[in-house]
Amino acid sequence: MTEHSETPALRLEGIVKTFPGVRALDGVDLEVRAGEVHALLGENGAGKSTLMKVLAGMHQPNEGRIILEGREVRMANPMDAKAQGVVLIHQELSLCDGLSVAENVYLGELPHTKWGFVDWSTLHARTDEILKKLNCNFDARTRVSDLSIARQQMVEIARALTVDAKVVVFDEPTASLTDAEKVVLFDVIKDLRARGVGIVYISHRMDEIFSLSDRLSVLRDGSYRGTKVTAETDEDEVTRMMIGRSLTHEKNTDTVEPGAVALEVRGLSCGKLFRDVSFEVRRGEVVGFYGLVGAGRTEIAETLFGLRTPTAGTILLDGEEVRISGPLDAISRGISLVPESRKEQGLVLGMSCRDNMTLPQIGDLTTGPFVSNGAEIAIYDQYRDRLDIRSPSWRQAVGNLSGGNQQKIVIGKWLAMKPQVLIVDEPTRGIDVGAKGEIHKLIRTLASQGYAVIVISSEMPEVLHVSDRVIAMYSGEVIRSFGVGEVTEDSLVQAISGIRPDRAA
Amino acid sequence: MATLKQNAALRWLTENPIWGFVVLIFVFFSLSNEFFFDMNNFQNILVQTSTIGLIALGMTLVMINGNIDLSVGAVVALAASLMVDIQSWDAFSGWGNWQMLPALIAALGVGTALGALNGIIVWKTGVDAFIVTLGAMLGVRGLVFVYTKEQSFFAMNFTFSDLGMSTVGPVPSLAVLFLIATVLVHILLSRTVHGRNTYAVGGNREAAVNAGIRVGPHMVVNFMIVGFMAALAGVTLSSQMGAATPNLGRDYELWVITAVVLGGTKLTGGAGSIIGTFGGVLAIGILRNGMNLMQVPAFYVLVILGSILIAVLILDKQLTRKGVEALKT
Repeated sequence: MTEHSETPALRLEGIVKTFPGVRALDGVDLEVRAGEVHALLGENGAGKSTLMKVLAGMHQPNEGRIILEGREVRMANPMDAKAQGVVLIHQELSLCDGLSVAENVYLGELPHTKWGFVDWSTLHARTDEILKKLNCNFDARTRVSDLSIARQQMVEIARALTVDAKVVVFDEPTASLTDAEKVVLFDVIKDLRARGVGIVYISHRMDEIFSLSDRLSVLRDGSYRGTKVTAETDEDEVTRMMIGRSLTHEKNTDTVEPGAVALEVRGLSCGKLFRDVSFEVRRGEVVGFYGLVGAGRTEIAETLFGLRTPTAGTILLDGEEVRISGPLDAISRGISLVPESRKEQGLVLGMSCRDNMTLPQIGDLTTGPFVSNGAEIAIYDQYRDRLDIRSPSWRQAVGNLSGGNQQKIVIGKWLAMKPQVLIVDEPTRGIDVGAKGEIHKLIRTLASQGYAVIVISSEMPEVLHVSDRVIAMYSGEVIRSFGVGEVTEDSLVQAISGIRPDRAA
Repeated sequence: MATLKQNAALRWLTENPIWGFVVLIFVFFSLSNEFFFDMNNFQNILVQTSTIGLIALGMTLVMINGNIDLSVGAVVALAASLMVDIQSWDAFSGWGNWQMLPALIAALGVGTALGALNGIIVWKTGVDAFIVTLGAMLGVRGLVFVYTKEQSFFAMNFTFSDLGMSTVGPVPSLAVLFLIATVLVHILLSRTVHGRNTYAVGGNREAAVNAGIRVGPHMVVNFMIVGFMAALAGVTLSSQMGAATPNLGRDYELWVITAVVLGGTKLTGGAGSIIGTFGGVLAIGILRNGMNLMQVPAFYVLVILGSILIAVLILDKQLTRKGVEALKT
């Protein structure tokens, strides 16, 4: 590729970052040369984003050194990092809706006259110049709230071009871009590379990484797994580095003969969130939904649980068409949802284990006008034993339990409602490896007891491990449905990148 | 080209629906009451609303920041008492009409300082502005009673009370003052770096911090502006009355917030404008004036104003509601 200078643009040495209870980064090294695109890979939770936040000054590392063009530096805050030439383009948008494109691009450093008045002509001229470079067909005066998500992403990228950047980090930049916009983005990246900027490119999409990057590094569980020259490696090797073991043994084998269809969905749509989704779940079966963030999986679960009103399609429970008006209705029909975010959506952290578990049915657990303590404790005891919840007593505040035990409380809460269909959204997010296995076993056991289970997950090993069938989604559409025998990691990755089976040989 | 212009006008109206409402009630009262459509009455409305209007200008900045200031009513009373009392101090008896100057400086200075205090507490402690200024509202009102010993002050210098009634050409001075202040704050908010940062801080605080905007000091400045405006309103009010009572400015914070919210400023911050706030102030002024002329009993006026506030906000919610995809609550 390009001539490499002797000192790399950026070197990270032995970066350690701990959060209470988690060692998020464990001695990570990374070297980015000037004029190269360096891809950073790893599963969700492997520590990619944390590493980049350390680099951009949003977190301070506990140990390790950041060396920029041969000089050791400290990034006190994001402004400091930007001033030194390190720019992070966020995965989530961080724009101010009410302001214009130009004001967002130059936020915090608006050009101004002596009296503090904004110098609009300079601001608009400079911004328009950057937007032209990015081939954006909107101008500096446009209000950000009038732009589509993809165009807002371009504004975010435009921010990086306001300074003389030495290192630019793209964190999943294509997650919300259309194909045409991707081409433009890749041109921008190539242009930056040609000008000698070091680029860190984080993505889940193998095709992008192999067509764009010069070298790639892999993180797994917060530790560094090595660097390869992209041209000298292949997807198999990279995947092995990412997952750390061969996948074939991970597949679930002990399937039970599935029973009758518990839930069937035909042509379900909800505006732009997802379109024409059809599938069925049988009793005793675990169906996994796999896809990238924003593919519409969680939205389907929310629709089944009555939190969203579908714009088209039908939902059939036990062969009977139903209209689910709200969560209360969903619960009474035997649908339960273990939500994506345990701490925000699933639990009241300050309340005791028992109170959390009986929360949805507390209205029925009464003797006279009072809540019946005995009935509540009986329910808690039953599910504590069944799910093997380890808590000193029912009085313990849920916030003090480990992630795995918290998740079991949420699952227990919904099992106590005697559901027919159990939907579990990201069941092991933020849970350590040992407890993950337990949750997986629990999900399998529940299926074998006759529940119809839907598991939504962004982690491939998890989906492969627990599911009898896997449904792959890409930007609101079901791309392919795999039986347990036919699913391979390759075909799954292709499906969630939007490649349909007839196009992928 | 014509359609483009039309679109721009339509867009302006959807962003400032309050002006549609102002025109509506203006036409309504003009047709239904013979005394309403009259130059003198219009000047009257401007003078009547100037007190609340001045405070609302400052409040708009604070509310776009995502904060709120409930202490403005108490600051009005404190500034008014200082203004009327200090100019009659013996120390300044030989100063002639210049005796008003130290009083003015003291009144405006104290208002600005109390604003700074509110802002610094919000900045340094991270306690919600609602709570901090609620405390300030009670505390400052208490200070007013301590300072005045529950007495009203009367201005001995008639030049002072004449100022409140004076005119610049044909227009009352207070109306002129309010209009000038409106233009100045509008320029501050729409043209200066500080003004643009006000939207950024309220709209996406994390992005503002990451962009290196010093959010704390920025908020303190806006609290100082609203404190200054409240003190200025206290001065003009006392000059209109030629007196200051310790109960002056009661409920003003609520009227001010009503005007600002009617003008389209979001309680959560990040959106709003002085043009909208000016419309909100006029809407309240016209409604009160018009209903007064039609001899609607005062208590019914309150009922009607309250109903209109809620109705306008429900309408706004409906207009900005996301489509069917939205998550139910």
